[in-house]
Amino acid sequence: MPDNSCILWIAAIPLCPLIAAAVIALIKPSWKRAAVGAGLLGLGISLVLSLYALKLNIENPATRFYNFQWMQLGGASVDFGVVLDPLSASMVAMVTFIGFLIFFYSGNYMAEDPDQTRFFYYLSLFAAGMLGLIIANSLLLLFMCWEIVGLASYLLIGFWYRKPSAAAAAKKAFITTRIGDLGLFIGLLWAFKETGTLLFYNNGTGLLESGVTTIATAGEPLFGISAAAGISTLIFIGAVGKSGQFPLHIWLPDAMEGPTPVSALIHAATMVAAGVFLVARTIVLFQADTVSLTIVAWVGGITALFAGLIAIGQNDLKRILAYSTVSQLGMMMLGLGVGGTAPGMFHLLSHAFFKALLFLGAGSIIHGCHGEQDIRKLGGVLKSMPITTACYLCGAAALCAFPLTSGFFSKDEILLCAWTSNRPLFFVGAAAAFCTSFYMMRQICYVFFGKTRSHGHPHESPWPITAPLAILAIFALAFGGIAKHFEIATYLDAEFTAPHHSLTVTVVSLAVALGGLLVGFWVYGFRRTLSATEPDAIEKVSSPGYRFLENRGYLDELYAATVGALWKWLAFAAEMIDAFLLVFSELIVLGVRQLSNLFAFRGDRLLIDQWSFDGFCQTLRNASFVTTRAQNGYLTNYLRFIALGAVLLGVLFWWSAF
Amino acid sequence: MLPLFTVILSFVGALAVGLTPPERLRTIRWTALITALLGLITAAFATLQYHIADGGYQSVVSLPWVTSLGIQFKSGVDGISLSLLLLTGLIAFCGVLFSWDIEHRANEFFAFFLALIGGVYGVFLSLDLVMLFVFYEIAIVPKYFLIAIWGSTRREYAAMKLVIYSFTSSSLIFFSLLALYFGAGLNTFDLTRLTTEAHYSQTFQIVVFPIVFIGFAVLAGMWPFHTWAPTGHVAAPTAASMLLAGVVMKLGAYGCLRVAIGLLPLGAQHWAQWIAVIAVINILYGALIALVQSDFKFVIGYSSVSHMGFVLLGLATLNTTGLNGAVLQMFSHGVIGALLFALVGGSIYRRTHTRQLADFDRLIDRMPTIAWLFIVAGLASMGMPGFSGFVAELHVLIGAWQQPLFSVWILVVAGLGIIVTFAYTLIKIHEAFFRRSATANDPAHPLPEKYPPLTCPETVALVVLIAAALGVGLYPKPLIELINSGLAPLVAALATGAVTP
Repeated sequence: MPDNSCILWIAAIPLCPLIAAAVIALIKPSWKRAAVGAGLLGLGISLVLSLYALKLNIENPATRFYNFQWMQLGGASVDFGVVLDPLSASMVAMVTFIGFLIFFYSGNYMAEDPDQTRFFYYLSLFAAGMLGLIIANSLLLLFMCWEIVGLASYLLIGFWYRKPSAAAAAKKAFITTRIGDLGLFIGLLWAFKETGTLLFYNNGTGLLESGVTTIATAGEPLFGISAAAGISTLIFIGAVGKSGQFPLHIWLPDAMEGPTPVSALIHAATMVAAGVFLVARTIVLFQADTVSLTIVAWVGGITALFAGLIAIGQNDLKRILAYSTVSQLGMMMLGLGVGGTAPGMFHLLSHAFFKALLFLGAGSIIHGCHGEQDIRKLGGVLKSMPITTACYLCGAAALCAFPLTSGFFSKDEILLCAWTSNRPLFFVGAAAAFCTSFYMMRQICYVFFGKTRSHGHPHESPWPITAPLAILAIFALAFGGIAKHFEIATYLDAEFTAPHHSLTVTVVSLAVALGGLLVGFWVYGFRRTLSATEPDAIEKVSSPGYRFLENRGYLDELYAATVGALWKWLAFAAEMIDAFLLVFSELIVLGVRQLSNLFAFRGDRLLIDQWSFDGFCQTLRNASFVTTRAQNGYLTNYLRFIALGAVLLGVLFWWSAF
Repeated sequence: MLPLFTVILSFVGALAVGLTPPERLRTIRWTALITALLGLITAAFATLQYHIADGGYQSVVSLPWVTSLGIQFKSGVDGISLSLLLLTGLIAFCGVLFSWDIEHRANEFFAFFLALIGGVYGVFLSLDLVMLFVFYEIAIVPKYFLIAIWGSTRREYAAMKLVIYSFTSSSLIFFSLLALYFGAGLNTFDLTRLTTEAHYSQTFQIVVFPIVFIGFAVLAGMWPFHTWAPTGHVAAPTAASMLLAGVVMKLGAYGCLRVAIGLLPLGAQHWAQWIAVIAVINILYGALIALVQSDFKFVIGYSSVSHMGFVLLGLATLNTTGLNGAVLQMFSHGVIGALLFALVGGSIYRRTHTRQLADFDRLIDRMPTIAWLFIVAGLASMGMPGFSGFVAELHVLIGAWQQPLFSVWILVVAGLGIIVTFAYTLIKIHEAFFRRSATANDPAHPLPEKYPPLTCPETVALVVLIAAALGVGLYPKPLIELINSGLAPLVAALATGAVTP
């Protein structure tokens, strides 16, 4: 048995940002630089510790933990603890690294905001919750940190609360994710009921050790669902809420109301990945009854395709990325469902780098173009912001799984697993990958090429903004290859055996990635040059070659008749489903309100208060009027009663004499 | 003997304050504050003095009172009463701080306030049913005056309603006390002796249990006898709302636990499922009604009703986990309920002079500190992990799941209640602090850019209450151990059906 007590120091990883948050909460709001410094210092220490933890764990990839009692619950002991295993080690390293870069970026990006101190307070609080969630060795502790993360997300989305849409989006995000959280909470209760423990690892008696066997063998079914399937599905519902999976994804696009660094940190790289992480953490529970694993895979696949289709129709720079995130999270879930921890987590890690890059890049573009977010009004960014463009393109290439970038390796892994274990899902995943390339190309064509269509003069961002972009760009390109080379899959999941390489999969995944880019370029690439107000230089020459190009090799017509039509309908259907979901949720809200009104005004006020209580009191009072009338103060009246009484008494005596 | 000082102190303090001339405000306030603080300190020392390992009733004081009827003056504490004594001390202290600005008949106000506190302490300490009943009645009278004299919205109606409900509850309790007395035939009202020696028949228990239980549960805000609570809370002055929500509702729950379940375990087992059904109605119904209230204080009033549902559900589980949860929830709701009333009825109302949510215009800019404190309190109230409410709800729900008598639907409805609680809290936070008011922007009477900041007494009270909720939420172990030691004999009795000494 490894010595576990020496692992307690990793608890310092979430505690450092927490202390930073406390410090920032107490200093004056005007001390912006102090707040930035405290936030960076807190997370910086965590970063160093995390990298050290990762190094330790790579040298000896064992599961080490430290537990202590938190409270006594009934007869059972509820313990908390921290755990260091490949999953948590890689995840804390990624979160602290990306988090640090985003903190650094926000130090400049938010410098003009009067509430920057408050912003860093929320960010640090978020980091503490997120890191706590990762190293938690107890489902309950994980849940508690999970809620801190949700709270921080609520505060950050609503950071610009003076904007009504931001305040509404924050509320919506919190309530929607909280519905998922209730699923997780009930799953937690159920797991505790079956096993009496909530620790993940505890020398063989933890939830993920003997607990799984207990649940799988002795668990009582509920509503005809076995305990194993029920618990894991409920946990998955929590993950669905947090990771924006269909149908609880509705909050994530709205969450883009928050400042851009928030979108990068929370709604791309870390928090939304918490759901995927949760499933990865508890994957053995899912494996105990494969029904739930199939659900995970299918929900993931559907989300990936569905969100990819919607992303095509969006015009807001950040909303496209938001739907793209939903789609990629679906990919990760698909990976978890078909191949276990390794492919899903691999994609999570590589996605974190390039999606953070894309969001930060988008932030830099928005910053440089004076707050413009509509891609139709952007354009020509290539010329005015070359560094940002270069970095952004690296991120986009990785997202589209361009060969030899990060996304290529991780997405390939998922598709390969899908090919071997679930053929239909392979095609769903491939279609989603095609959408990804297509909408990214569309966005690139609109934003970077052509003429500037926005007002004002776009300018390149200062170095504190571009430096994190450059670092992330390197990771977006190289991380996948390096990780693949060092066999990250077997590090993340020791039992993972990679399926045999299939030529078909490689060909298909290459084809969809490049095909999507090409089709996108054909559809949008030329249109941009043509729709520029000035006539194109080649047009003056009027060569037959150009005419071919002008008509895009008559591909427009072909496209419109075939793929385009199909596309239009699919995207339309996806958006309709999205709209339906929104209307449905509105209807539920309306229904609840109606019910509440019924209870409040008919039930409580009318039935219980006015009719029953007041009515009863009134009846009593009316009854008392009868007796009160006897006491009306008129002497004659009293004499009359005395006379009546005397007569009655006389009769009574007379009667009793017999 | 030490715990009894809480009662003596409060009544002596009440007398002293009541006899002070009303002009001497400073003397009155400080006397009241010191009395409340001493009560809290006494309760804390009594807790430290208590040997958890030994369990049972300790510091027992027993004096003969009416010997012919077997009535004693008997007091003592166990883990349950100690945790509630601590709660009472805490709320009393913060309540006085929140009444710092009362000038109208201040001596009488604080006298009634301390008398009410004394009565509450007395109930939690009593080991004799008659004594318990006497203190229970003592606690009712000051409530009436506190609301009728210093109250607001429909105060006479609310005060009278509260008193009618309270006395209906007492009459049921009184009747059942007599039944318990004659049913046992031991010529004693001694709670410990009745628990161990009175072997009530099953039929007797089944018949008497609902009467005792409903009698006490009226004061705990049980549906459909809950409407006194929102009206009463809303009409009461801040400190009285804090007491009503914080401790008076707990009197009812305490009676349900100590008398109804403690003396009639078989009856409790027979009726448990029905209590659970009513409990989840409380949870969901209260939360739903809170969702559509336009008066901020009514929102909090109905949230109290909803939270008390968790206490009732915990009581209905009849197992260690659930009962633990019930007592924890009493403590937790006591602190959080008082905190919410202090903020809404006190801090906010004093500055805005309205409680209509429609008239609140983006208060987060106008009173940032108070707004943030309310958001923290709201999080505590919606059962965020890290606050006491979460630990309590966790216990109650696990306890409910472990009880095989309950249908799963009980849990489902409770879960819906949790979601609605979450929703109304967030929505009301949004309406109160973040929304632009459509009605309040009258250019002739512009709202102040910034309202006055928190006063010193307010700050102390709010910090103390939030610290209590957080402390229990982050490290619940000590409190749970305390409560557990008190519940152990009760649970053992429930398990065997027969009663063990």
